[in-house]
Amino acid sequence: MLHGEAAKLEKDEAIALKTKIGLILFGVYSLIYTGFIVINTLTPRAMGAQVFLGLNLAVVYGFGLIFLAIIMGVVYNHVCTKLEDKMNKPSAPGDKESNKTEVGK
Amino acid sequence: MIYSVSPLAIILFVIFVLFVLGISFYFANKTKSSAGYYAAGGTIHWAVNGVAFAGDYLSAASFLGICGMIAFSGYDGFLYSIGYLAGWVVALFVVAEPLKRMGKYTFADALDSTFNSKGIQLAAAVSTLIVSICYLIPQMVGAGDLVTPLLGMPHWVGVILVGGIVIFIVATAGMTSTTYVQFIKGGLLIIFSTILTFYLIGNGLAKKPSPNYHEFKSIPAVVSGGSVTAIDSPDYKLAGEFEKKGLRFVKLEKAGINSWWKLNGKDDAFTLEEVLSKTVAADGATLYNGEPQKAGKFYQVGHIAKLVKDGQEVDKVEGLDPFSYISTIEKSEIVSFVQLPVPIEDGGDLVTVWYQKTTPGNAIMRPGLKFKVDTGATPWSKLNFISLMLALFFGTAALPHILIRYYTVPSARDARKSTIVAIAAIGFFYILTLYMGLGAMTNGVLDVESSNMSAPLLAKYFGVGLFSIISAIAFATVLGTVSGLIVASSGAVAHDLMDRFFNLKLTDKGKVKAGKIAAVFVGAVAIVLGILFKGMNVSFLVGWAFSVAASANLPAILMLLFWKKTTAKGIAYSILVGIVSSLTIILLSPEMYEKYGVDPATAPIPLSNPGIISIPLSFLTLIVVSLLTKKKETANAVKK
Repeated sequence: MLHGEAAKLEKDEAIALKTKIGLILFGVYSLIYTGFIVINTLTPRAMGAQVFLGLNLAVVYGFGLIFLAIIMGVVYNHVCTKLEDKMNKPSAPGDKESNKTEVGK
Repeated sequence: MIYSVSPLAIILFVIFVLFVLGISFYFANKTKSSAGYYAAGGTIHWAVNGVAFAGDYLSAASFLGICGMIAFSGYDGFLYSIGYLAGWVVALFVVAEPLKRMGKYTFADALDSTFNSKGIQLAAAVSTLIVSICYLIPQMVGAGDLVTPLLGMPHWVGVILVGGIVIFIVATAGMTSTTYVQFIKGGLLIIFSTILTFYLIGNGLAKKPSPNYHEFKSIPAVVSGGSVTAIDSPDYKLAGEFEKKGLRFVKLEKAGINSWWKLNGKDDAFTLEEVLSKTVAADGATLYNGEPQKAGKFYQVGHIAKLVKDGQEVDKVEGLDPFSYISTIEKSEIVSFVQLPVPIEDGGDLVTVWYQKTTPGNAIMRPGLKFKVDTGATPWSKLNFISLMLALFFGTAALPHILIRYYTVPSARDARKSTIVAIAAIGFFYILTLYMGLGAMTNGVLDVESSNMSAPLLAKYFGVGLFSIISAIAFATVLGTVSGLIVASSGAVAHDLMDRFFNLKLTDKGKVKAGKIAAVFVGAVAIVLGILFKGMNVSFLVGWAFSVAASANLPAILMLLFWKKTTAKGIAYSILVGIVSSLTIILLSPEMYEKYGVDPATAPIPLSNPGIISIPLSFLTLIVVSLLTKKKETANAVKK
């Protein structure tokens, strides 16, 4: 016997597109994070170079990774919300209920 | 311990605990169903859930451990902040929505959503328990560390106190009370850390951090025939000389009190430099800098030796902003206190010493002080660093107590939104950790015996009021995270194992009861482990939890989502291989050998962070086993 979700979820036509966007953003962030690890590991002294407002590369890159995660998250949510609203729009008033998936015990 | 009990801290702590218990009582009557107990009924608002995520995630490791590590090891401690935060990217872009769509109460539900496999149920439940226990240990250690300065009680009392309160929170109202405890704690932690950082930057930097900061003395010495023969001080008498790890230490006696000094210099110019010492006599009596603890001679330390602003050496700098605060430290020189790895044997006494070490700010603000990636680096040490960063990146999205929070919101969209709130809140907090850590390093507040106390002691620098609030919040930090871990563990025992794996056919009420009993049991185990692991840096231990989670859980989650040939056996075996390989490497690591009292150099595996081996191994296992079992499982599915 399979289980169901804690809450009933609406059908989502945007899943495939959202997944694709998520994977692209994940790939971009992973590359930048990898670059951070590579510099830290292979040329750690390069991290001491001053690059911005008297701060060194280590601090700027570190802060950058944190801010980038926040910015990418906000952009991702904005795009996904738009896609959901557009692709899950009920064809006629009252159709929304019929889109609900009955999953559960 | 070098600080006294604060009555205000006790009052705030008691108020917070009563408030938390009140919340638990309030929700207890409303939490009758299993959905309510394990997933708060899936009704939590995404914004509340996002802050609760932060409250869940910003554990003792984040607050106490990272601040402490930055205070003692500079930028290397901040690498934990970066890695922990980066892991949320995996959670948001890859895991959040699918997990929400697939699961019910636990991470095992999601993995098993299309298979109904006993193997997955068992493996995922075991993995949840192991990861949660690994994560629980440092939280409990942190609780013990906190309760000593806060309430003046021994470490073990703190562990039992936290364990008892958390068991009560979870056993009364499960995920509902846990969510609100985490929400309040997460909010308070971020608000008051911001206030502390604001005070810190506003206060500026100074060579003498406070008027009563101890000035460590230097005494000129005469060395002849390799030994100190005379010193330029009529007050002190030579009482002994010792060599340890290539360093020379001298014991001096003044008015019947012994003190320890490090011999510096070469050729004709030698000086003795005062160190911090802790002497444990054969009868167990302990002296700090030659005197009993209550004499208050075991000083808080950490100061700037050379303060440079705009190319000029100055005594104090004010009017700094968040950027110039860091850049000024980068250009200055900091004095930290380094512990001699082995105690000096002085007759029947064992003497632990902490000696001064001046480090340029630019070395503190780049990697290399803790992680061996620069001076003295080896291929293994670099690999160890990569392995840690890999585990932090992939571990977050595989932590069962984080994943279950996706089931407390109504929809996948809410799961996504709450993750973004979490990233913003956690990211902001992690930036603050750099300031708090550097502030503790340079303001003469460090207790060399407990790096975990750096942030609360920094708060004390700005007054007992802020110290009391920060200490009470730090205590709440432990409560919030431990609650989440115990909910996850009780779900693994009661829901995954008892209800699904053993198919005990529990009623809904029975599932809640089983969850509560499991919470009591896991809480008791956490208490015992928290006492046994006293003294380890909490962030270091959490790194292990991330390694096990990343190795055992993430390959299964990712492959289930993105590889259609994944089979139930493939998932189950990859989880087991991830657990066994990561734990084996950890248990045979140099750090654990040190813990066992064996020479770390004899450890068979020179890695302390297993991720770089165990994560690929787990992926490989899943692929191979899935390919080998694909036809069989397809045939079985057709028969059914």
